[in-house]
Amino acid sequence: MTAMTDVAFLLLTFLLLTANFIKPEAVIVAAPSSVSEIKIPETNILEILVDPEGRVFIGIDNQEKRAELLKRFGEVYHLSFTAKESKEFSLTNSFGVPAEKLKAFLDLPSILRGMPENALGIPCDSTNNQFKEWVRLVREVNPSITLAIKADRSTPYPKIKNVMNTLQSLRENRYHLITNLEAMPKDL
Amino acid sequence: MAEISTSSKEPGKKGKPKKLSTRIDFTPMCDLGFLLITFFMLSTSMSKPQTMELSMPSKDKVAEEEQNKVKASTAVTIILGAENKVFYYFGIGTEEQEPQVIETSFAPDGIRRVLLQRNQEVVAQMKQLKEQMTNRIITEEEFKKKASEIKSNKTAPVVLIKSTDEATYENLVDILDEMQICNIARYAIVDITDYDKGLIAKLSTPGIPNP
Repeated sequence: MTAMTDVAFLLLTFLLLTANFIKPEAVIVAAPSSVSEIKIPETNILEILVDPEGRVFIGIDNQEKRAELLKRFGEVYHLSFTAKESKEFSLTNSFGVPAEKLKAFLDLPSILRGMPENALGIPCDSTNNQFKEWVRLVREVNPSITLAIKADRSTPYPKIKNVMNTLQSLRENRYHLITNLEAMPKDL
Repeated sequence: MAEISTSSKEPGKKGKPKKLSTRIDFTPMCDLGFLLITFFMLSTSMSKPQTMELSMPSKDKVAEEEQNKVKASTAVTIILGAENKVFYYFGIGTEEQEPQVIETSFAPDGIRRVLLQRNQEVVAQMKQLKEQMTNRIITEEEFKKKASEIKSNKTAPVVLIKSTDEATYENLVDILDEMQICNIARYAIVDITDYDKGLIAKLSTPGIPNP
């Protein structure tokens, strides 16, 4: 039995040292695979999630910056957030709700926030482009942030094009596309 | 729970101290270990996601003479269609004579073979360079420097990627991937034109011969 315990704790130590925690995301996205071997920077990224229906979700990794971001967003859309809402927002990894519903969303208990009916997506069309506003404010709050798009493999191209065009209109011309690793063909 | 089992008293041996065997039952600790392993395995991920770097052209209006014109002789236009179909033709789609559009797929002998063939020179040089690096003849820095030199070859093809509205994100990533596999340094994602749509429509409708 001692030997088995040793093995168990050895594995445990190994896992603790090598693995990193999965951050809960607003939607589950199956990224496509590519041969690219560039690793994504661990910190300082703005993750843009696009689900198969083309709904857009965003998340930044710095909790202090999140509160600042919400404040500035509130100023643009004439919304005021309470200290509690601001705290809740800084604890949310990624979200996708229109500005009108943002307050109601933050008042929800945290368990209900991950429910599919609350995954509404940030409006990203030409008449109401709140996504553009968010990205602009993120860049304002944190000028050195890296943009990363993580879209589902079955997302239709027009939806992706829409997101890319929005970024382009903000002069965000360099960004990352998050993919899974795929082996490089051997014969090359 | 851990019990210290005492060895049975041996009769007749008086005066000697009792021999205590200190055997601890390790089962609960082992259980705990495996429980924690299970927990960590489920809540963590080992693999870090990979990324592709993408640089898009800026939307600012560039003066006509400052624009880099794609030479039609080196250009390859790739059109992503519905159901993972790929269409390609040589040229940029503004030639007087209608180009011959060919349908292919993402399989290794599909679009990849076409691109490798067009980019033969660079691919061969890159292969040689990679061999040199694996044999430690050159360092990684030299490799990077030489690789960018090779890739800036003026005769290498320029790929225009156009996508129809029916294509998916996976198609886009796949085709960007092919660019990397085939060592194509100059490519751009551009909007599809009605002319290109017409070419595909012509190809997929039987009866109208493709010139």
